[in-house]
Order: sequence, then structure tokens, then C-alpha cells
Amino acid sequence: MDRPRTLYDKVWDSHIVTVDGDGNAIVYIDLHLVHEVTSPQAFEGLRAAGRKVRCPSKTIAVPDHNVPTTPDRLLQIKDPEGRLQLEMLEKNCREFGVPYIPMNDARQGIVHIIGPELGLSQPGATIVCGDSHTSTHGALGALAFGIGTSEVEHVLATQTLAKKKDKNMRVIADDALPAGVSAKDLILAIIGKIGAAGGSGYVIEYYGRAFTELSMEGRMTVCNMSIEAGARAGLIAPDEKTFEYLKGRPHAPKAGAFEQAVAYWRTLRTDDGGVFDKEVVIKAADLVPYVTWGTSPEDALPITANVPDPNSFSDPAKQAAAKRSLDYMGLVAGTPLEQIKVDKVFVGSCTNGRIEDLRVVATLLKGRKVADGVGVLIVPGSGLVKRQAEAEGLDHIFIAAGAEWREPGCSMCLGMNPDMLKAGERCASTSNRNFEGRQGVGGRTHLVSPAMAAAAAITGRLTDVRKLA
Amino acid sequence: MEKFKALKAIAASLPLMNVDTDMIIPARFLKTIKRTGLGKSAFYVLRYDENGAKRPDFVLNNEIYRRAKILIAGANFGCGSSREHAPWSLADLGLRCVIAPSFGDIFYNNSFKNGILCIVLPQDQVDRLAALASSGNTAGGEFSVDLERQVITGPDGSVTPFSVDGTRRTNLLEGRDDIGLTLQHAGKITAFEEKQRREQPWQPAS
Repeated sequence: MDRPRTLYDKVWDSHIVTVDGDGNAIVYIDLHLVHEVTSPQAFEGLRAAGRKVRCPSKTIAVPDHNVPTTPDRLLQIKDPEGRLQLEMLEKNCREFGVPYIPMNDARQGIVHIIGPELGLSQPGATIVCGDSHTSTHGALGALAFGIGTSEVEHVLATQTLAKKKDKNMRVIADDALPAGVSAKDLILAIIGKIGAAGGSGYVIEYYGRAFTELSMEGRMTVCNMSIEAGARAGLIAPDEKTFEYLKGRPHAPKAGAFEQAVAYWRTLRTDDGGVFDKEVVIKAADLVPYVTWGTSPEDALPITANVPDPNSFSDPAKQAAAKRSLDYMGLVAGTPLEQIKVDKVFVGSCTNGRIEDLRVVATLLKGRKVADGVGVLIVPGSGLVKRQAEAEGLDHIFIAAGAEWREPGCSMCLGMNPDMLKAGERCASTSNRNFEGRQGVGGRTHLVSPAMAAAAAITGRLTDVRKLA
Repeated sequence: MEKFKALKAIAASLPLMNVDTDMIIPARFLKTIKRTGLGKSAFYVLRYDENGAKRPDFVLNNEIYRRAKILIAGANFGCGSSREHAPWSLADLGLRCVIAPSFGDIFYNNSFKNGILCIVLPQDQVDRLAALASSGNTAGGEFSVDLERQVITGPDGSVTPFSVDGTRRTNLLEGRDDIGLTLQHAGKITAFEEKQRREQPWQPAS
């Protein structure tokens, strides 16, 4: 009988072009997503070596990181460096024959939103992108991970990567999430438990009822933040929900081929006896909404907790990091997290910029007003998400509540387009990183779920959304 | 790729954990289409104050450590984003070797692609090397890093062995072109594509 295998083992094994005795493999890549920031040097490398893009049909490019989110972006992008990067992407795609979605196309959006949305990201596939949040696509049962620019060039030239296999890790959450607790809270709790390096060297499979009961969007939120636990990829076995999600999407297999694909996709699950090098169990039923207090995603606590005392950590390095974090965040140990006032609220990003996220926010904002003095930015993850939200009238709810409704892009997640925090500003953000300066120089980030972001928008401080519902 | 065989240089200590790639180079400096010239933006917030003046307490602003080619760092160094601008900026500063208890996976990988040797050692050994680097490290205080023998020799003569994955080591020692190596298997890649197309006809044609 065949050795029992994990889902990761299966996807890995099925993509090995060749492997040597030391485990150095050449792994085939089914889908390569390209954006403006991490690709120009890769195309330049191809040009210098006289190489071509091996499989343009398995490559797709879209600008997302540095695009402004105001409507005037179609007239002119003021920042000359950002403009040059966008022009280079278009030029490179034309020269190398790579499919390109321009900024004025309804399909434009954040790479990790549009991959699943267009049906490009499929179960059992290998997917890479010069962006660490490529782990998002693992929600469909794909092996998806971020790569650097040298590897972007490698994939463009060869449609493969040279790498060794990672180890297997499983995070098990067998019970359902309580009401008012979302996928974002679940992944923040996981990162809080295993730490920002807890998944380093592993591919994580998320396993159990808490994950299977999530919508596809919720699963994407979980897998998206795998990298914040150090894991390059996160996976959830595909199921009926996955197949239903993909059916009829523009790049999904067409009728006839679709059934054939599903028959294969059904085999993509961990066998009984599949071996994991590490297992972690999370009591999902005990979870409450989470927020971060510090400058690492591992600094996550229940909203009902207080800002921790740095001396409460046993590791001296963590004590020092926590002191630095509290200083940067302008927080005092012992302060109830619910008393922390915010200046800004950001809803969007590859973590929480999908239609379901916007619906949650709209449900809470409907008939309510944003607190005085709080600026609220709501940014759809793609043009298609924007169109859907507007068809449902969500934009009217946001605007009536006093929030801003923008064009799609990475926006205030990363501080490289005009949407940035000012020094000292504090933001409840649905994005993925609370690093120092991530949302702008001196900006202070508290990572939260969309529901918690809406709650903070209404009250002007970090708030347990369960009190508002 | 630039080769790395051995290095004799000053080491600077940056004992912070979770130094992420945004801290190594903030995103606003990624709006470039080049690999070079990023050193001026490396560790920007740690290096400069709000007015752009050098922070005297940052190690690489100290005259003694300005020529450092080795960085002794904290756990999970380079966590976060996949930006290769992080190792590009370190290389542009002249750093060729980072020693830490652990690294962010993507940063680790990107560094080797750019001729930067990342060495993983237990925390207590990193602490000991950091202490050596911080104790009156003058011209006589150089560290030697020998990738061929896989040893670090401290300014006090102490020898610390380390271990790097064999393939990464060979690639660095020989300065190999990864893409060229893979393209030697072009026939196998084509065969893989043909097989996949037969078994999974729903995949796009190559």
C-alpha cells in the first residue's frame, strides 16, 4: 500500500520535474502572478540574459501595490517613481507577451483577490508571486507561496523553481467559532499562540470544523496570514464549497472539463495516517474577537484583555521587543484594550478586501455614523468586488455613515501609495501587518477583523463588536 | 551571482527580535526599477530621525561599525514581506553575512541569491558573538567567516562552527546561476508539461 500522504505531500509530489538524492527539486509552477513592485528587475534580468518568458499563458500581471485609490488616478499618477513602475510593468508585459490587466480594467485589483475571483487559482496547483501574501490561494487547496525577485525571474524563464521541500505542520480547530468571532480573529489567535516564527520552515494545513465552516473568503483570510506566523504557505483541503466557488468563474475549467477537474480535486486531502512534523490545537469555541497591541502580528490578544506588561514575558528578547513596541505604539501597560482611541480605520487589503468583508462592515455601519474625528477608508480589493458592492448598495451605506469609498488597490496596507497614516496616527486596520511604519512613518496599527474595524469606526476606539450587534 | 568564500571584517550587533523587512527597507523606497543604490534607505527608521539626521544610538551610524560586513542579529530576522530589496539594500551597505538565531524564510532564500551568507546559530552563541562585536571592536577586532570550512573565528580567537545546506553552500562558493542550472533540465520540464496536459487537460496550454 502507498505511504499515507498529507495534502502538502500530494501537491508537492505532483509537481516535481526532477529531484536529486539530497532533496533538491525542480518544482513546476502552474500559475505565476506578477505585479509592478517586485518584477521590473526580473524582466531586466531576462533581457540581459536574452531569455524569454517560458509560459506567458501561465502568467498574469496586474498593478496593485503603488496605485492610488482616488478616481483621479486614471488622469494622472502624480508620483513619478510610482508612475514609472506602472509604465514598466505594461511595457515589460507587452515585450514578453505576458497577459496584463491595466488599472482601468474592471478586473484590476490586488493579485491575491483577483486570482481566486477570476478562477485562476485552483485546487492542487502550484502558485507563486513576488509577494509574501501569496499564501492566500492556499484557501483553495493550492500550494501557494511568496518568492523574491530572483525567483520571479527564475519562474518567468523556466516555469519552475529550484527548492527543497518544507516540513508539514497541522493546525487543528475542531469546533465551530462562536457568534461574532471571524476568520481574522481565528488566525490572529493562531499567530498569537505559535508566534511570528512558529511556522518557519513549514507548510501549514488548517484542519477541522472551524476552517471547513468558514466561507471561501474566510478561508482566504486565514491562509493569507500564514506568513505572519512564518509559514510560507497555508492550505485548506478543497471541498464542495471550493468547487461551488470556482464553478463558472472566467478561468475555471469549463463544463465537461470541470467535472473531470473536480474528480481529481476530491483526491486532494490528507490521508489517514499522513505524517505532520508539528501539530497545534486551537480551541475555536473559546475564542473572542482579537486585536494586536504591538508591532508584530504575534502581539495578538482578546479585545477583553489589557495592554501587557513587557516584564510579563519570560524571554528577555521579547521583553525588550515589547518595551520597544509599547513605546512606538504610545501605549501604557495595563490599559484595557477597549479604551484605546483610534484616529483612522482601514478596511481593505488582500486579507480583508473581499465582498463578504464589505458586507459585514455595511451591516454594522447601516443607520449609524462614524465617530467624530475618525477617518474611515474602505477600499475594495478589486474592481469586481467594487462593482458587486455597488450593485448591493453597500457604497451608499458607507458614504451615508461618513466613510470614504475608494478604487481598488493595496491602499493603506503598506505605505507605498498615497494612502498612508501620519506620524502618531492610530489605526484599526483589517490588513495583515502591524510592523513599525508599515502604514506610514510613525503610524500605529492595530490589526482587527472587518467587524471590529466597523465597531472602532462607530465608537472611535477599539471595541468588542459583540456589544454592538 | 557574486561568490562568497571567506570574509574578514568588523561585525555589528543589532540585538532586536523580529526585525521585519519593512524595518530593513520601508515600502516607500521600493518604487525603483533597479537593484542598486538601495543602501541609503536600509534600516531607514532605525538610522535616521524625523529630520533625516543620523541617530547616534544606531550601530551602523557608529564610526567603528561603518565598515562592518557582518551583522549579528536577533531571532526571526527578515520576517515579513518577500521584497528582495531587503537583501539588495544590505548588500549595498556592504553587508555580506548575517548571523542570527533564526530568519524569515523568504529573506533567507533571497539573501543567498544575492551573495549574502545567512548563518543560523543557537541564541547563546549569537549572544556570545554579539558581545565580542560590542566590546571595543577596533581594527584588531575582526571576525573571520569561512564558508568552505564553515567556521567563524572571533577577534578573541574563538572558533564557532556553523552549518549551511550543501546546495546553498556550493552555489555561494561558486557563484552559480540558478536559472542556467535549471535550464539544463529543459527537456524534463517539457516532458512534465506534456504529461500534465494529458492528465489534466483543463490546465492552460504552455
